[in-house]
Amino acid sequence: MLYAFALLVAASTALLIFAGGLVTSTGSGLSVPDWPNSYGWFMFTFPIENWVGGIFYEHSHRLIASTVGFLILVMAFVLWRWEPRAWVRRLGVIALAAVITQGILGGITVLWYLPEPISIAHASLAQLVFCLAATIALATSPGWRRGYESVGGVPEDRTLRLVATGTTALVYAQIIVGATMRHTDAGLAIPDFPWAFGQLVPPHWSAEIAVHFAHRVGALVVATMVLATAGHVLYHHRRRRALTWPAAILTALVCAQITLGALTILSRKHYIINSLHVVTGGMVLVTSLVLTLRARRGQFGALESAGAAAVRGSATSGSAARQSATTAGARV
Amino acid sequence: MTSIRQVVCGILVVGLAAVAAACGGGSNEPVTEAPAAPVSNPVDPATAAVITGRVTFMGQAPAPEAITMASDPRCANTGAVTETVVADAKGGLQNVFVYVKDGLGNLAFPVPTTPVVLDQKGCQYRPHVFGVQVGQPVEILNSDATLHNIHAWPMTNQEFNVGQALQGLRHTHTFSTREVMVPFKCDVHKWMNAFVGVLDHPFFAVTGADGTFTLKGLPPGAYTVEAWHEKLGTQTQSVTVGTKETKDIAVLFAG
Repeated sequence: MLYAFALLVAASTALLIFAGGLVTSTGSGLSVPDWPNSYGWFMFTFPIENWVGGIFYEHSHRLIASTVGFLILVMAFVLWRWEPRAWVRRLGVIALAAVITQGILGGITVLWYLPEPISIAHASLAQLVFCLAATIALATSPGWRRGYESVGGVPEDRTLRLVATGTTALVYAQIIVGATMRHTDAGLAIPDFPWAFGQLVPPHWSAEIAVHFAHRVGALVVATMVLATAGHVLYHHRRRRALTWPAAILTALVCAQITLGALTILSRKHYIINSLHVVTGGMVLVTSLVLTLRARRGQFGALESAGAAAVRGSATSGSAARQSATTAGARV
Repeated sequence: MTSIRQVVCGILVVGLAAVAAACGGGSNEPVTEAPAAPVSNPVDPATAAVITGRVTFMGQAPAPEAITMASDPRCANTGAVTETVVADAKGGLQNVFVYVKDGLGNLAFPVPTTPVVLDQKGCQYRPHVFGVQVGQPVEILNSDATLHNIHAWPMTNQEFNVGQALQGLRHTHTFSTREVMVPFKCDVHKWMNAFVGVLDHPFFAVTGADGTFTLKGLPPGAYTVEAWHEKLGTQTQSVTVGTKETKDIAVLFAG
């Protein structure tokens, strides 16, 4: 039940990121000048007939954000009240703090007329909230709790751990560069693709061109790392579905993401394509994170004892096992 | 105010560890100049000169494009077209802001108390280009039965963004610093934009449909006159006028 709810929260967060992408892509960030009210109305009573033009995107984003914030609040409460593993409970609290901070950043960016550092931080923190929601969903999944025994298990593989972790870190760095490019209006600083002003390397430079070019180089680096990670998984762990599935999905997502990046330029930043590029970037990050965490599943052994006990307990003696799990969780 | 914002902004960004960028603060604070003391008009009407002229677009003016207002059904779609380059059959270029850029020395001029009205009508700004003096009120009116936000994003004056949710609402703003030009936009309706030239004297005009303009009441002297167009840039001319002289100039913009 909690697993399904956490999945819902993660999916809602992805939708929120897409909605945020639409706000920026349509230039609607300041179409509702006040915050937290909307043209003087309480946010939730703002008449729907007034959702016109840029207001549609900005106000929808605010409502979806409020919903996601509420869902994370509920999730954090449920985890705090009933989750035996201390680290998962803490994740719930961190997710709640992150989404509140995210909301405040969103308000500040409106009231201060989209200052670039705040807007970049808002975009970057959104992806961390997505990661937190996805991590909670993963940690509450039956597969994680049972150590993926039914799908071939997850062996100790130091190389995989390092490569997957590095890939995830690089993807996040790439997302920050992308957010910087987006909020400094450098998305078309290099107007052609795959070339840069008809050449491999831009013949002239500015801050915008440098950020844009860094994002392109970053895409190559990330793609290389993803292929290395996926190749390693397929070569060494091809019978372990807990690893092959995220590796395959990650590879497919990176291909889609590079295609969307190219189409963003070729379409002169079409708002739908541009927004899909933003949310697909988040999905690449989360998929890479899931692969990384599964590769590191063994390192959670001590932390997971309580959770495993709880799973066994729910199948056997119910409350007695939960009591034991809670005690063990308190020790962790 | 700026320093407080910068500090808060910096704490947030560092605390998040999401970006390494330094915080540049929020909106631009105005670079205030010492306000000129109100004076009576320092120009003797008996000696005042006039500069007239015509701004011409050289070449084939691009055909105006129809504006699609489908994103807001309440915008009266009256066949509005883009106003970026508007020229008549003889090339007379409309919506060019012509003003005395230099030559007035330290003269200070009275500031009108009558507001300049910027109307939002048919989901377009009226006028599209206009001028105002520093300290003179600009009254922004919503004549539409829909919402607008008025977002001015100057370089040196104070940025502002206010909402007008109801028809008939008015908002008054005064600019504190000379600035050519301050752009306005509506983030609700992407096609809406306007420009205001903010000056510390009254010698400015906007070309009409035939591209002509008149700068009246100038003290005799040598001036730099600049013509500004939102797409075509600026053209500058030196003009000297004597007592009660009227001088006609021609300004050309290449397409």
